[in-house]
Amino acid sequence: MHTKTNIILAGVGGQGILTIAAILDTAALDNHLNVKQSEVHGMSQRGGAVQSHVRISDQPIYSDLIPQGKADIIISVEPMELLRYLPYLKKDGYLITDSNPFENINNYPELETLYNEIKSHKNHILIDAMKIAKDLGNSKATNVVLLGAASSLIPLSDESFQKAIATLFERKGERIVAKNLEAYFKGREIAAEIVS
Amino acid sequence: MKKLLLGNEALAQGAIDAGLSGVYAYPGTPSTEITEYIQKSKIAQELNIHSAWSVNEKTAMEAALGMSYAGKKSMVVMKHVGLNVAADVFMNMSVSGINGGLVVVVADDPSMHSSQNEQDSRYYGKFAMIPILEPSNQQECYDITKYAFELSENLGLPVLIRLVTRLSHSRAGVATGERIVQNNIHLPKIATQFQLIPMHARGRYQHLVDLQPDMLEISENSDFNTFYDGANKSIGIIASGIAYNYLMENFEDGKCPYPVLKISQYPLPKEPIKQLFDTCEKILILEDGYPFIEEAISDFLGENRKVIGRLSGDIPRVGELNPDNIANALGFDIVINDNLPKVVLGRPPQLCVGCGHNDLFNAINALKNESASQQVFGDIGCSALGVLSPYESINTLIEMGSSITMAKGAADAGIHPAIAVIGDSTFTHSGMTGLLDAIIENTPITVIISDNSAIAMTGAQDSAASGRLISICIGLGIEEDHLKIITPLHKNLQENIDIIREEINYKGVSVVIAQRPCVQLPKEKKDKLKEYTNVSIN
Ligand code: SF4
Repeated sequence: MHTKTNIILAGVGGQGILTIAAILDTAALDNHLNVKQSEVHGMSQRGGAVQSHVRISDQPIYSDLIPQGKADIIISVEPMELLRYLPYLKKDGYLITDSNPFENINNYPELETLYNEIKSHKNHILIDAMKIAKDLGNSKATNVVLLGAASSLIPLSDESFQKAIATLFERKGERIVAKNLEAYFKGREIAAEIVS
Repeated sequence: MKKLLLGNEALAQGAIDAGLSGVYAYPGTPSTEITEYIQKSKIAQELNIHSAWSVNEKTAMEAALGMSYAGKKSMVVMKHVGLNVAADVFMNMSVSGINGGLVVVVADDPSMHSSQNEQDSRYYGKFAMIPILEPSNQQECYDITKYAFELSENLGLPVLIRLVTRLSHSRAGVATGERIVQNNIHLPKIATQFQLIPMHARGRYQHLVDLQPDMLEISENSDFNTFYDGANKSIGIIASGIAYNYLMENFEDGKCPYPVLKISQYPLPKEPIKQLFDTCEKILILEDGYPFIEEAISDFLGENRKVIGRLSGDIPRVGELNPDNIANALGFDIVINDNLPKVVLGRPPQLCVGCGHNDLFNAINALKNESASQQVFGDIGCSALGVLSPYESINTLIEMGSSITMAKGAADAGIHPAIAVIGDSTFTHSGMTGLLDAIIENTPITVIISDNSAIAMTGAQDSAASGRLISICIGLGIEEDHLKIITPLHKNLQENIDIIREEINYKGVSVVIAQRPCVQLPKEKKDKLKEYTNVSIN
């Protein structure tokens, strides 16, 4: 069996989805897998819609962009942004998102309508990752909670995720590493409850 | 182990390893990270590689040419529209040729993610009659850049590397190789080479023309142009640069049944293209950008429908390629789905919370209510977001520097008030000369320089204007009575409206500098700015 995972990360410019991308990249390299990861720089970073395509495989990866209908997972730090990439989702793919809206447009949709749309997909994990991160004492770790929630669906080992988190936050000191690991574990735990 | 690098970063590392002595650039998406990578590189610092930002792409390219004249390897980097600014030196340095290797890197932006057009730089390369390299992946970004310097020195010509957004801004593992030592100073062997007076230029141009067959031969034998035969001759495919990846994505395990010619070096290799023509029923051209190859090899009258691509409508005429629109062109059974649930709304970019442009636009809009004939000429950068809701303050947005000169032309035509709004670094990039035009004729325009002390849109790089704006304006000849400094804050709104109104009413050229640092600036830089802002006019 080949290892091959396509992940779309979604959010609003400034929300820092590239932290999730960097952890995925590092963990994949640690597993000696090929990675391609596209990202958005420029105008959209100013509060616009941004996304990153992360592709992990033990085979050569050609395209930097995931074709439509080929994403295994969409991870979003914002519920409306999650739905923007639906055409990319595989039939049985997973939607994972934080439930907190980022309302920087006038006519932001009703939350209930958004949640109902998300819930109409069989495979979804809709969690208040921001609250989980805050309760752990580090609201900045919302992204890492979401990554934790996605981790068991990604064919990379638990250890490699932990190692990647430790490596990437090393510069910020031991306390921040520990906080982010906690966020990762908590996300993983909650997702296990939902998925089972 | 391979390093995970953006296409831009791989290219930058390739340049360092090719023996680079200086990179010159003005920031512009999607090219910015190339120069930033070299600025941050420890080894580049040890090697004393020049990497400070230039004022614009023209000055950057000229400095790169100067370094090449001195015998060292130099690189100049820009976004596609930057090459328009540098076109004068670009066209002429292909005639003079170079001494130390000189590589021009241009990042195109198909689909206009962060640009006002999707011009294809390959036309410029062809126009200048120099070799063009177009990497298809991150590893090639590295390899091609090293090769580009070698090719440049072998031919004595600048070489153009063309990138596209998706390659610039995508990461993959890259294996790096040995570093070549930098050149020492050595002056050109032919004393007249860089003296393009007509009598010398004619000889140099003839030399450039004479080199064309050599360039073709090199391209035909290049490892970067590869022919992969396939059993199914119903279509032969030519895929250039990143298009090759999107093509191969459509075949399990990368096994394409059709013959494929992958192009990453120009001039177009004739031999393999002829082979495709002779053996295949149709030729499908896949290129990210304009139909450059398609136009070159299809017949003028379009009667022979053998060549298909963007011109024939098999691939959309505009916008970037992706695996899906190529699958469509290959006749695969896919439906491109652009339908999103109704709850998903557009989320355009917008000003950061705490951005001074916001308060400036509020003042400008208040004045529009007073005078319906007011026209506001905008410019490139974050202030361009004033085009969008909720401001809708800006009537025009064309290219770097055009705010001031368009306001001047409109004022010449009789429009009043004619207001130009331009960022500080856009002003030093291309606005100063236009202001001089207005000063010479004392044209009744009001130029508002929105000074956030940064090249903000591309990531708050240092602005050449910092600490110099006032003296530049006075030096150009602005009357001190009509050079006003305001702070665009909500609490100053009424005062700012009054000051701008007064300058609008003045029947001559005036400048209002709206000073408030970009919130994205790191703290050290903001502190440093305080020194500048304390400088008063008198
Ligand atoms: S980056 Fe700076 S100039 Fe641009 S919108 Fe944000 S605060 Fe304003």
